[in-house]
Amino acid sequence: MTSQVSRTTEQAEADTADGAVVGEQRRPAGTKDVRRLDRVIIRFAGDSGDGMQLTGDRFTSETASFGNDLSTLPNFPAEIRAPAGTLPGVSSFQLHFADHDILTPGDAPNVLVAMNPAALKANIGDLPRGAEIIVNTDEFTKRAMQKVGYAVSPLEDGSLDGYSLHEVPLTTLTVEALKDFDLSRKEAERSKNMFALGLLSWMYHRPTEGTEKFLRTKFAKKPEIAEANLAAYRAGWNFGETTEDFAVSYEIAPATTAFPPGLYRNISGNLALAYGLIAASRQADLPLFLGSYPITPASDILHELSRHKNFGVRTFQAEDEIAGIGAALGAAFGGSLGVTTTSGPGVALKSETIGLAVSLELPLLVIDIQRGGPSTGLPTKTEQADLLQAMFGRNGEAPVPIVAPCTPADCFDAALEATRIALTYRTPVMLLSDGYLANGSEPWRIPELDELPDLTVQFAQGPNHTLPDGSEVFWPYKRDPQTLARPWAVPGTPGLEHRIGGIEKQDGTGNISYDPANHDFMVRTRQAKIDGIDVPDLEVDDPHEARTLVLGWGSTYGPITAAVRRLRAAGESIAQAHLRHLNPFPRNLGAVLGRYEKVVIPEMNLGQLATLIRAKYLVDAHSYNQVNGMPFKAEQLATALKEAIDG
Amino acid sequence: MAETSTEGTGTIEALTLVPKAAARQSMKDFKSDQEVRWCPGCGDYAILAAVQGFMPELGLAKENIVFVSGIGCSSRFPYYMNTYGMHSIHGRAPAIATGLAASRRDLSVWVVTGDGDALSIGGNHLIHALRRNVNLKILLFNNRIYGLTKGQYSPTSEVGKITKSTPMGSLDAPFNPVSLALGAEASFVARTIDSDRKHLTEVLRQAAAHPGTALIEIYQNCNIFNDGAFDALKDKQQAEDAVIRLEHGQPIRFGADGARGVVRDAVTGDLKVVDVTPDNESQILVHDAHAASPTTAFALSRLADPDTLHHTPIGVLRSVDRPVYDTQMADQLDSAIEQNGKGDLATLLAGGDTWTVVG
Repeated sequence: MTSQVSRTTEQAEADTADGAVVGEQRRPAGTKDVRRLDRVIIRFAGDSGDGMQLTGDRFTSETASFGNDLSTLPNFPAEIRAPAGTLPGVSSFQLHFADHDILTPGDAPNVLVAMNPAALKANIGDLPRGAEIIVNTDEFTKRAMQKVGYAVSPLEDGSLDGYSLHEVPLTTLTVEALKDFDLSRKEAERSKNMFALGLLSWMYHRPTEGTEKFLRTKFAKKPEIAEANLAAYRAGWNFGETTEDFAVSYEIAPATTAFPPGLYRNISGNLALAYGLIAASRQADLPLFLGSYPITPASDILHELSRHKNFGVRTFQAEDEIAGIGAALGAAFGGSLGVTTTSGPGVALKSETIGLAVSLELPLLVIDIQRGGPSTGLPTKTEQADLLQAMFGRNGEAPVPIVAPCTPADCFDAALEATRIALTYRTPVMLLSDGYLANGSEPWRIPELDELPDLTVQFAQGPNHTLPDGSEVFWPYKRDPQTLARPWAVPGTPGLEHRIGGIEKQDGTGNISYDPANHDFMVRTRQAKIDGIDVPDLEVDDPHEARTLVLGWGSTYGPITAAVRRLRAAGESIAQAHLRHLNPFPRNLGAVLGRYEKVVIPEMNLGQLATLIRAKYLVDAHSYNQVNGMPFKAEQLATALKEAIDG
Repeated sequence: MAETSTEGTGTIEALTLVPKAAARQSMKDFKSDQEVRWCPGCGDYAILAAVQGFMPELGLAKENIVFVSGIGCSSRFPYYMNTYGMHSIHGRAPAIATGLAASRRDLSVWVVTGDGDALSIGGNHLIHALRRNVNLKILLFNNRIYGLTKGQYSPTSEVGKITKSTPMGSLDAPFNPVSLALGAEASFVARTIDSDRKHLTEVLRQAAAHPGTALIEIYQNCNIFNDGAFDALKDKQQAEDAVIRLEHGQPIRFGADGARGVVRDAVTGDLKVVDVTPDNESQILVHDAHAASPTTAFALSRLADPDTLHHTPIGVLRSVDRPVYDTQMADQLDSAIEQNGKGDLATLLAGGDTWTVVG
C-alpha cells in the first residue's frame, strides 16, 4: 500500500492494544479533526545546508519514544555543502512509522516537506497522487525555480493538482517568530527546519519533551540559540494548531503488539556496530583496538568508539587505510581484539594485510560499510557489491569468513558473531554492512548482559609439543584438532617466544618452509579451517510449501520480507531465506536450495551471491538486481518475485 | 618513576614498564635456533651480532621484546632473534609495530627495515611513526640498493646509478634518511655503520634509552649488489676525512688530529667545514643533540656529499624529549575513567531515549 490508510478514531479505539507503556503522546489542544492512521511515510527534503538530517533524526527520536515501529532512510549528497538550490544538493530523510511491525523505510512518501524548489523537483516523482506536500513558499522565487528548470511555478501551473498542497511561508514565519531575539535575519532563518519539525510534530501528535531537551543540550553554550530554536519549534506546532490550512491531524498508535517485552531504543546500524564491538570486547575480556582511516560511510564507528575510552577502547586514526589495519593486526598480535573499519575502497587497500592476517592466523575484524563502487563511486549511497571482493579479493588462496547483518539493529549481534568466529578460529573476519544499514535506524530491544555470548579465549601458556628427545617445546602452528585454530601466544608469555610471518610456514613449527608438499598441505589446511567454521543452519520461512524460494543476504532483508508479505497477502506461495553467513555457507544450504523448483536472489549488485551459489551448488539461481545506490522498494520486489513465481 | 635494570644502563625511563629478566643474560640467549640465511659477507651479520650482543645489557625479559620487520634482506632479522617477532609485509612494519606498542606498553618493540622497505613502499608509515613518537626503535639498514629483488636502484642510491632496472643510470635524486627523519619531526635520529661495532652498540644504547620513536640509520654493505658502497667511510685513510663523529657536548672536529671542524657561516647561517686554526678554533660548533630546534641537526645532515660520502656525520644527531604517543594514549584512557567512571556496558546500551514494552 502506498497511500495513507485512514480509519476513524472510533474504529481504532476498539483495537488499541493493552499493556504497553510508551512515551506520552502530545495531543493538540484545539478542536480540529483527528484521524487515525496505521502507518505514515514522511520525507523531509531541502538543501544540504538546511538541516534535514537533523530534522529527520529528531522526528525519529520523537517517534521512537512514542513506541511506533519505524525504519529510516537518510539520503544525502557526498558534498558537505553542495551548491545551494540545485538538484544534486538536495538532502532528504525518509521515515516510515506505524502501529505495527514494519520492515522498510517505505516505497513512496505520504508526506513530503520540500524546503525549496530543488527539493520538490527531486522528490515529486516518488510521491503517489493524493500525497500531502508542504512547501516553503518563501524559497519559490523566480531565480530559485529557474535554477532547477521550472519555467513556470509548479505551485501555480496546476501540475500539483492531484496532491494535497500546503503552501507555507516557512522562512517568513520563522523570522517573525524570532523577531524578539537578538538575531540577524540570516541567523533566524536557520531555525526554519525546527519550525517545520514543530509543524510535523503537531500533525502527528509527537511527544515534544525529547526535542526540547535535545535543543537545550545541543546549544548549552549558546542559550540564545537554544531558545530561538525552541521558539521556532513551538511556533511550528502552534501554526499547525491555529491555521486553517491544516484541518486535520493524525494519530498513529504505538506498535504495541509488534515488539516483545523489553527496554527499547532507536538505533542506527553504525551505532549498533560500535556498541557490538564494545560488547564483544567485554565478552571476550580483551581490550578493543580500532585502527581506522576516515571514510564514508564508516567514519561514525570511529567517532563513536573514540568516545568510549573508559571501556579501555583504544582508537587509532592512522595515516592511511593500510596503517589502520596494520596497527589493528599489531594489536591483535599483542592480545587485543583488533578491529579495522572502512568501506570498499579501503578494503582494496587493506587486501595485502588481510592476506598477512590469513597467513599469521591471528583474529582480526575487518568491517566494510559498503557503498556504491567501483573506485570512489557513490560515497553516500548504498550497495552490496563488495561480496566477491570480501570473498576473493586477495592474492593466493586466502579464505576469509564473511558475516553480514540484515538490519540496523542486527549490526550489534553481527559484531558479536564476527568476533566469535575470529577468536575461535584465529582468523580475520569480514563483516559486510552497507550505507543503508549504517545510517538507517530502527527500534532495538536492548539485550540484558547475561543474554550476550561468552567469547572468552585462552592464550597459550606453555609448551604444546614434545620432541622425540622428550623436550617440551612451543609450536606456534600446532593446531587444535577440532577447530584447526593455532595457539595464540602473546608477547610477554615466557618460554613461548616465536617468530611468525607472511612467508609459508612449516606445519607445526611455523618455521619458514619452501617445501612443495608442505605448501600444498598448508593451503588446504587454511581452507579447511574456514570451511569447518561452525555456523547455524539456514532457516527457511515457508508456510505454504512453495515452489519458489527467494534468497537474500545483508540489508535486503527488510525489502525482501516486505515483498514476501505482500505476495502472501495476495494469496501467493513463496518461501524466504536470508543468509547471515556468506563464508562458509550454512551446511544445509545445498539441501534447502534443492527443495525448490526456482531460486531467486535479489541483490544490490549484478549477481554476486548468485554467482557463488551457482558455482558451488550448480543451482540455476535467478538474479534480480538493482545498483542505483538505493535500497529495493518492496512493491518493485514483489512484482519481480511474482513474475518469478509465474514464470 | 624510572626503575633500575639488572645491569649496564642503570635507569632507562623508556623501558620502565617492561619487566626485567630474572637472571643475567648473555648474547646466546638472543640467538634463535634458525639458520641465518644472508649471503656470506653481508653486513647484516655484523648488525645481528651487535644487536644480540647489546640486548643482555638492557636486562629485559626477552619475552617482552618484539622485533617487527617488513620485506627485504634486512627484514629476515626477526627470525634470528630469540624474542617474539613478526616478519610482516613490505613497508608496513612501522604501522604494525605502532599498534603493538600503543596497546602493550610493557613491551620493548623494535622495527627492522631497509632503505627500500622504509623509504619507498613504506615511506608514509615511517614519517608518521616518527611524528607520532610511538615508543619504537627503528633500525634502518641502508645499503643503497635493492638486494632481495637482485639489484635495482633504491631511494637512497646515488643519481646515475647503473643497475638492472637503470642501464642508462638512475634519474631519481636520493633521500638522505637522516634529513628526512628530522623533517618528519623525529625526536631521536642517529646514524652508524655496520662494521663499527663499538659505535653501533653505543647508538643502540642511546636509542634504547630514548622515550619515543628512535630512527637509527645503519650503513650496511651489500657485498653482492653494491659492494663497497661505504668504503669511503670504512677505509682507515679515507675515513679520517670522510667521517664526522658527533658527540654531544663536544666540538665537531674530524680529520687527522682534528684538523678539520664545522663552523656556522656568518652570512648564510648554514654549516661548513673549515681547517681548524688558532683563529677559528673558538668558533667550532659544539654538538648539541638535545637542542630544541632540529635546524642545526638538519644542517649537519646536509654536510654529507651523497656521491662521495665525504663529511658524513655519524652518531646521535638529535635526541629530544617529546610526549610519547602510547603514554598519552594510555593517559587518555585513564582520564576517561577518572571523568566518567569505568565503562558500564548496560548503562551504555540503555543510553539515549528509551521506552519499555511490557508483556
